Amino acid sequence: MKRIEAVNDFVVKFANVNGSGSASANELFAKAVIRMGVPVSPRNIFPSNIQGLPTWYEARISEAGWLGRRGGIDLMVAMNPQTWAQDVAEIEPGGVLFYDSTRPLPASALRTDVLTLGMPITEICNATYDDPRQRQLFKNILYVGALSQLLGVEAPVIEQLFSEQYRGKEKLLSANLRALHLGRDFAAEHLAATPFGLQVQRRDAVGQRILVDGNSAAALGCVYGGATVCAWYPITPSSSVAEAFQKYCEKYRTDADSGERRVAIVQAEDEIASIGMVVGAGWNGARAFTATSGPGVSLMTEFIGLAYFAEIPAVIVNVQRGGPSTGMPTRTQQADLLACAYASHGDTRHVLLLPEDPLECFTMAVEALDLAERLQTPVFLMTDLDIGMNQRLSQPFGWDDARRYDRGKLMSAADLDAGRDFGRYKDIDGDGIPWRTLPATHPGKGAYFTRGTTRDPYARYSEAGPDYVYNVQRLLKKFATAATLVPAPIERPAAQPTRQGVLYFGSTAPAMDEALALLATQGLALDAMRLRAFPFADSVARFIAAHDRVFVVEQNRDAQMRTLLVTELQIDPARLPAVLHYDGTPITARFIAAAITGLVQRPTSQELAA
Amino acid sequence: MTYIAKPRLHHPALQTNRLGFTRRDYEGKVSTLCAGCGHDSISAAIVQACWQLAIEPHRVAKLSGIGCSSKTPDYFLGASHGFNTVHGRMPSVLTGANLANRELLYLGVSGDGDSASIGLGQFAHAMRRGVRMVYIVENNGVYGLTKGQFSATADRGSLSKKGVANPDTPVDLVALALQLGATYVARGFSGDKTQLVPLIEGAMRHGGAAFIDVISPCVAFNNHPGSTRSYEYVRDHEEALSRIDFIDLAPEVKAEPAPGDTIDLPQADGRTLRLRRLHLDHDPTDRLSALAHVQQLQAAGEIPTGLLFVDPQAGDLHAALQTCARPLNQLTEADLCPGSAALAKINAALR
Repeated sequence: MKRIEAVNDFVVKFANVNGSGSASANELFAKAVIRMGVPVSPRNIFPSNIQGLPTWYEARISEAGWLGRRGGIDLMVAMNPQTWAQDVAEIEPGGVLFYDSTRPLPASALRTDVLTLGMPITEICNATYDDPRQRQLFKNILYVGALSQLLGVEAPVIEQLFSEQYRGKEKLLSANLRALHLGRDFAAEHLAATPFGLQVQRRDAVGQRILVDGNSAAALGCVYGGATVCAWYPITPSSSVAEAFQKYCEKYRTDADSGERRVAIVQAEDEIASIGMVVGAGWNGARAFTATSGPGVSLMTEFIGLAYFAEIPAVIVNVQRGGPSTGMPTRTQQADLLACAYASHGDTRHVLLLPEDPLECFTMAVEALDLAERLQTPVFLMTDLDIGMNQRLSQPFGWDDARRYDRGKLMSAADLDAGRDFGRYKDIDGDGIPWRTLPATHPGKGAYFTRGTTRDPYARYSEAGPDYVYNVQRLLKKFATAATLVPAPIERPAAQPTRQGVLYFGSTAPAMDEALALLATQGLALDAMRLRAFPFADSVARFIAAHDRVFVVEQNRDAQMRTLLVTELQIDPARLPAVLHYDGTPITARFIAAAITGLVQRPTSQELAA
Repeated sequence: MTYIAKPRLHHPALQTNRLGFTRRDYEGKVSTLCAGCGHDSISAAIVQACWQLAIEPHRVAKLSGIGCSSKTPDYFLGASHGFNTVHGRMPSVLTGANLANRELLYLGVSGDGDSASIGLGQFAHAMRRGVRMVYIVENNGVYGLTKGQFSATADRGSLSKKGVANPDTPVDLVALALQLGATYVARGFSGDKTQLVPLIEGAMRHGGAAFIDVISPCVAFNNHPGSTRSYEYVRDHEEALSRIDFIDLAPEVKAEPAPGDTIDLPQADGRTLRLRRLHLDHDPTDRLSALAHVQQLQAAGEIPTGLLFVDPQAGDLHAALQTCARPLNQLTEADLCPGSAALAKINAALR
């Protein structure tokens, strides 16, 4: 057997039972490696279930800093008999199987091409603890202890994490420390003799980065961006956006003396009411948002059309999951692009922002709130489960205290008194964006009655063709203005000139970064562009025009981004080969590189034409 | 409908309220509803109530759903902002608007199709949240704008204009509002302005969720024999349980001759609402007995009207959420943004 030998570059997967308390132990493991100065990207792979079904936690350790999912498992911590066969089969040849050996297993349940390390975890726990709950919980800490010993993760690093976590809770702290050392001592005593090829060595490769999930980051962006109304309905994987917003508001928006809050958070009866409240608040001049996922967006579409047509600011955080219908509620996809870009009946188009990581969840949440008011229209923050619910190493959040909110074109009482012409749906400035007044702005001027029905530029009911055409063409002009205001795409040219490019966005970014490096070592140079918003900036069309072939990498079955590119920019589809990953797991660098390599071997459309 | 707008100029001697506004200042555009439509009478009652209470028109926000009733906010309070939203979803939009600025008066106008059919869920949840608002359902038992289909409040067995009997049990919005926690529940009749105006005034002065079910006959599709929402049927079966005699400073209404004992109900805003009880066995301050009494009368074929229940000291959603006194839409960066120093601490805690 050829053992996998790796320092700071391997994948550990923990197979657990949902609800067994494994999540915090696994997170502790990942944090300990990060505190050793080595980047880790952890991912929860969990079922739609509270207790009993299988759950996994995959931690990719990568000194090189690759944060995408790699694929393949080097060390499997198999704690769930339900999934034993599948977990054991997944280990790379030469990898390691670590398991609870309390009950002996037949040789047929094991593999000969992997290193097998057994530890009687249940037996040790039962012998050490009387309380059944502790017997269960400390199993997790026991294996973290043993692994830390085997991998070379320093004990004081974990002790420090415990002392931070259990500050003021001495009993918990000492119980956890005891379990940790039980695990470490067992490994030192019984497993040390076996040659073990995976090592964590102290480095300084993490820097100032923070470990945070995208949902918390988006919530924090909404706090910093000045959202004062949040209406939401629980749905995986977005619920923790509103819950984190609530938590941050308890701290930063609550008056210490009076307990009064500078925010209103309502858990609505459904997604329709959530967006209705957001629209009502936006109409009345409060910055408002909701957080949801695909099924919620489906329910919201009528209101989204109203907000588009009546021109009401609204921010919708869509943490995408696998669709259609209930789909894969706990798995990730980028499959709501078309549903959001063209949400609602009639001719509609909406602004989408496409964050790649928690940092951009934060910055783009702030931008979404500004853009919604500037453009007076719904703005979607399109994250997904992979970014939203997993902790990711991310550059620290930053804030410029001189930054002011862009409240957009709000006409004041003084403007009205000065005799400024107020036509709620009139294009005064040539950018398609009209001026608006808030209710109660002025005792005698500036009131209007808005609706989802057609109207003239002064908001007077009108079904006259020319009035309608004026209005919807102005909305198109406004959308063109939006293309100049949304976050610009980021280009990353190849090291050498090339006629081939790649477009990608959102949570594909870390895997794409790695795939580009991988392909470059294989001699395939690609110019890359990361899309950050819809509508597309002019540079997107230029980028495509400058290449013979541009791969479009995305995480859905139907190449939805490619559809947007073809439709909106009038691109010949043959020039945009699709690279599609949609099994619900996060896309990997290995997948992208293999798919592009396969496509490159086919002739380009120009070559076919020649 | 008429299409000729009244001239803007009016008689110089037209009576003004204490803010100097005449009734004309509370009017809106010309109604596009049918001549004789009950909804226009309700619009007139809203105008009268706002004028009598000397409400500043621009401090009112009008919200509605879809349907004939929901068009009416364009026909009154032309100096107020208005938002005609989507079918059945006015309550959520009103809730959001109210959260944004707690200082305005929120007037939600809806119909029986809008609130009892497509929007029953939103109706219910707005009531149970205690959103401070005046929620008026202009209830005619029929879909007018789509030409005469039954709505969910139509009585079982009542006949459509084409003579078809309604097979379904009606949704009783008053009973629902009482059950779900509305703190001011009334029923009026568009044909009885004397009763309706004080009911609207009381609702506008109320500190919580105020609901008024106004029976409002549809002259085009539901005013025939066999209908239980026709002018004639409602006049024959109306049973007023109470009269609001006055709300501080508002002109006293002395239309109801029947004697009864009066109760003075101090309101959350410090004013007093004096209620004359016409049925001495109806206690309008007791939710459970009020609900039982209303349902008994309805079972006997009567249409009980008046202020059916009131909790004069009601709180609202803002109290429950502990939002600050300043309207949320007036807060600035200094109030809302924790700043870079706090962010540095957040970063440090995430390492």
